[in-house]
Amino acid sequence: MNLTLRIWRQAGPRHQGELRTYKVKDISPDMSFLEMLDVLNEQLNAAGEEPIAFDSDCREGICGTCGLMISGEAHGPEKTTTCQLHMRSFSDGEVITIEPWRANAFPVIKDLVVDRGAFDRIIQAGGYISVNTGSAPDAHATPVPKRNADRAFQAAECIQCGACVAACPNASAMLFLGSKVTHLAELPQGQPERMARVVKMVDQHDAEGFGGCTNVGACSQACPKGIPQDVISTLNFDLRTALRGNR
Amino acid sequence: MAVTGLVFVGYLLLHMYGNLKALSGEQAFNVYAEHLRTFGEPILPYGGLLWIVRVVLIVSLVGHGHAAFALWARAGNARRTKYAAGKAALRTAWMRWGGVFLLLFLVWHLLHFTVVKISPNPDATGPDVVNNPHRLLVASFQVWWMTLIYVLAMIALALHLSHGVFSAMQTLGWTNSAASYRRAKLLGHASAVVIAGGFLIPPLAIVFGLIQ
Amino acid sequence: MFGKTENAGVVHGLYTDGEPIADTKAPAGPIADMWRTRQFEAALVNPSNRRKLDVIMVGTGLAGASGAATLGEAGYNVKVFCYQDSPRRAHSIAAQGGINAAKNYKEDGDSVYRLFYDTVKGGDYRARESNVYRLAEVSANIIDQCVAQGVPFAREYGGLLDNRSFGGVQVSRTFYARGQTGQQLLIGAYQALERQVAEGTVQQFSRHEMLELIVVDGRARGIIARDLVTGAIETHVADAVVLASGGYGNVFFLSTNAMGSNVTATWRAHRKGAYMANPCYTQIHPTCIPVSGEHQSKLTLMSESLRNDGRIWVPKNREDCDKDPRDIPEEDRDYYLERIYPSFGNLVPRDIASRQAKNVCDDGRGVGPLVGDFRRGVYLDFSDAIQRLGAAAVEAKYGNLFDMYARITGENPYQVPMRIYPAVHYVMGGLWVDYDLQSTIPGLFVTGEANFSDHGANRLGASALMQGLADGYFVLPNTIRDYLAKGPFTPLAADDPAVAEARGSVERRTARLLEINGERSVDSFHKELGMIMWEYCGMERTEEGLLKAVDLIRGLREEFWRNVRVLGSADTLNQSLEKAGRVADFLELGELMCIDALHRRESCGGHFRAESQTEDGEAMRNDDDFLYVAAWEFHGGDGDGEMGTPVLHKEDLVYEAIELKQRSYK
Repeated sequence: MNLTLRIWRQAGPRHQGELRTYKVKDISPDMSFLEMLDVLNEQLNAAGEEPIAFDSDCREGICGTCGLMISGEAHGPEKTTTCQLHMRSFSDGEVITIEPWRANAFPVIKDLVVDRGAFDRIIQAGGYISVNTGSAPDAHATPVPKRNADRAFQAAECIQCGACVAACPNASAMLFLGSKVTHLAELPQGQPERMARVVKMVDQHDAEGFGGCTNVGACSQACPKGIPQDVISTLNFDLRTALRGNR
Repeated sequence: MAVTGLVFVGYLLLHMYGNLKALSGEQAFNVYAEHLRTFGEPILPYGGLLWIVRVVLIVSLVGHGHAAFALWARAGNARRTKYAAGKAALRTAWMRWGGVFLLLFLVWHLLHFTVVKISPNPDATGPDVVNNPHRLLVASFQVWWMTLIYVLAMIALALHLSHGVFSAMQTLGWTNSAASYRRAKLLGHASAVVIAGGFLIPPLAIVFGLIQ
Repeated sequence: MFGKTENAGVVHGLYTDGEPIADTKAPAGPIADMWRTRQFEAALVNPSNRRKLDVIMVGTGLAGASGAATLGEAGYNVKVFCYQDSPRRAHSIAAQGGINAAKNYKEDGDSVYRLFYDTVKGGDYRARESNVYRLAEVSANIIDQCVAQGVPFAREYGGLLDNRSFGGVQVSRTFYARGQTGQQLLIGAYQALERQVAEGTVQQFSRHEMLELIVVDGRARGIIARDLVTGAIETHVADAVVLASGGYGNVFFLSTNAMGSNVTATWRAHRKGAYMANPCYTQIHPTCIPVSGEHQSKLTLMSESLRNDGRIWVPKNREDCDKDPRDIPEEDRDYYLERIYPSFGNLVPRDIASRQAKNVCDDGRGVGPLVGDFRRGVYLDFSDAIQRLGAAAVEAKYGNLFDMYARITGENPYQVPMRIYPAVHYVMGGLWVDYDLQSTIPGLFVTGEANFSDHGANRLGASALMQGLADGYFVLPNTIRDYLAKGPFTPLAADDPAVAEARGSVERRTARLLEINGERSVDSFHKELGMIMWEYCGMERTEEGLLKAVDLIRGLREEFWRNVRVLGSADTLNQSLEKAGRVADFLELGELMCIDALHRRESCGGHFRAESQTEDGEAMRNDDDFLYVAAWEFHGGDGDGEMGTPVLHKEDLVYEAIELKQRSYK
């Protein structure tokens, strides 16, 4: 198939960017979306134009590195990561607009690459259980009810790709935050720091300049791992409990 | 936002209940309206309860509006470069522009029935009409554009509630399981239908001549 | 029976023999006491001295993140580097199956000794006993540590941890978190690491790539790294350097590794004097989704648990290969693994399953689209399982894998048999390390897949995660202190000649890559190298093919440095430039892999030499001549792309706790 691509080009963090139009020909429906961009980049390189910068690493939908806004949808029309999106989801002659994640907390580094360092800093603020190596009791010392274990796992499926922020009309990162808070709050090991954790993480979230949550749910719809919106409710519950004085 | 919103939901339910008194006839409705003012006497002065309710509502309104505009502004700051091909976020637009519309409607509604007491009906004017709640009500909704404004306002209210009630429960942390999440969604839609529908019964009954 | 030429490599001047090496760090005595003894004998560092000691960690996968976090907790000053935008994206995250541990929670006869025995046997008796025993010993602690961190392992209804049997072993010792054990373990290590970043003991440098090792007076003293965002070349000095930079499977271009996985950190260390051990031992995983066309950028693995219920077959007749598989009657199907290995059937080890798939495809009986002249694929058929267990049960067990397959291929595996083909997945080879995980350069430690130590010539399923975390959480922090106790070493000035030399070479190399401005893209070189490696140094290797490959690689490398086109500049994010540097190093590594494969005139584990097989086509080891680790020293070749003649050092393998046997799965 032949496609017209409108792609965001931006030379650097402080440069002005613009959408530029490119054509690609003979794209196979079996290609992944990123392989289609690889083809375009080979074309550009041969023509002497600098290839388009975009992030990807594992290309099997688990590392969370890739992420593009494709014609207004985070990771494109399917519920998956950009690297697992295949060209059979598009049709011949289509015009596709490709933009980076847009959020002030995710500044553009170049073209389609953004800086998601804010996520690391939110985890640093409290997204962990404080246990030094070697000090752990036997793994069977604390049974975990299967229901809690399953919900913890579901929340822990987050791949930190940032699609929730990209899709949120408020550019809020609450689904990311909620998934981490819920993962650790569902486990007995996460209880001692539960209240302090949520307050510190939300403070950091706000300091990074993400928007506030208005429970729209665009995040869950865009999430390639289908993390449900109810994790945000768990976060809210814990936050309210913590702010009532149980820090 | 959630707490003030829920205050409104509680008030709306009472208000709607009162409105439905119109179905019981002029006397019942007017007695009810008067009773609101004498409620709690003699501990409270005349109209005392009403003023307590009004103060609570005003405080809630200020809180609700302040939080809403703060979130709106924060969202604008959190994404200064917009998407060229962004999908319109309908739900957000309904909440925000719908909320502004409801605020304007509220001003009109208060002028209409409470503060100034205007009768838009050229066939029914004068102190006899405006000081008789039931007559004012009937006279107003016999005017087509008045009814239209109220119908539009109730549609906006329904949309606002269908997300707002769920959203409040989500914010308060009452939806932290798949089942309670589904229930909250359902409750949001149900409250929208019940409240907006309940409010629309008297005006529509007047339009169709069931109340005269 | 063995190779045509006695030692073709030497005859052709491809390498020379050097002094043998011995690993002297493992304490004497019974194997079960060695680790305790070593921990006791290793010198201690006073807590107040630890903050005066700087350690650099390169890589943030399971081995790197766990090691950096643990060293941070101990109070050392740690700097951690990764090329990804966050430590949590390292490719350990993609591991699906599980992690082994000798917990014996199932009371099914498992023990430290049995895990040790299985690992050595699975590695085809080419691993070092002392290291493997220690790995099995600390495996149980890993599970405790991860559970305490909040890793959501699968649990039973009683709330206790679930186990499964994995990779053809007969005990259930594999802990798992659905199909994403790697991601969950890495998140645990990542969170521990971020906690130390918040504490200030660890400094994190993401989007940074190590491009050179600084060696002063024979000791590893730091690295030169490029900030991938600003392009700045930075000097970082330390008292010790740890490489946890993963494997080099991407030398084959197509592999299950991440796009950015590379050999640069370890290759630069190799060029500075660290020996590279057994580079030719490559694991080719049998259950990957086949290549669909020329555009393919990477391959995707599906967990080998699929082989528990799926049956593997190809048509008996070549003319059936393009038919709808459902129209091929039972009698015209060749369930070749069940036919050749009646007792293990579809569950034979990875290397055997892979090689047999290649054999039937080479025989012209492969299925799927023609890629080049061949159809490269075999059927993995679940119709029997669906009939026996019901579609719902199959979905519950394998649903996520089926979905993944459907997404990538556009076919529905519940109706049409899946197609699979082997793909490069893991490398057992890596930098040579002693019992302390220290390389031949003092102060340079190597952990995880980047070292060679524990898997011999073939790795068992669910053992990579175990090794990465064992090295990072428990082994390295104990052994590195013996070295650090000698520090802090003399501070290095920025204009120290060794620092200036390392920095200068990086700057020259970067500038040169941008100046060539030739005709061909970096990817085109990488693809061509990958094709050479896959053809001649892949699942079956011959003397003739390997000699040809060395020539081809040399030609390609020469052309690379003359004709590559890298656009853009060095002072911004430049992904072509990053790739160019990595491919340049792959072009050197590929040659060494071929030389190693050429010199090892036996078949063992993932290394199959066509000249060394039994009458019925099975791999034949030669313990008399090759019971050793081949550790290669870089020799000669100063400039970019120049390699000189490597020197072979042998470390003899001694088996005292385990008796040597020929593997048989018939």
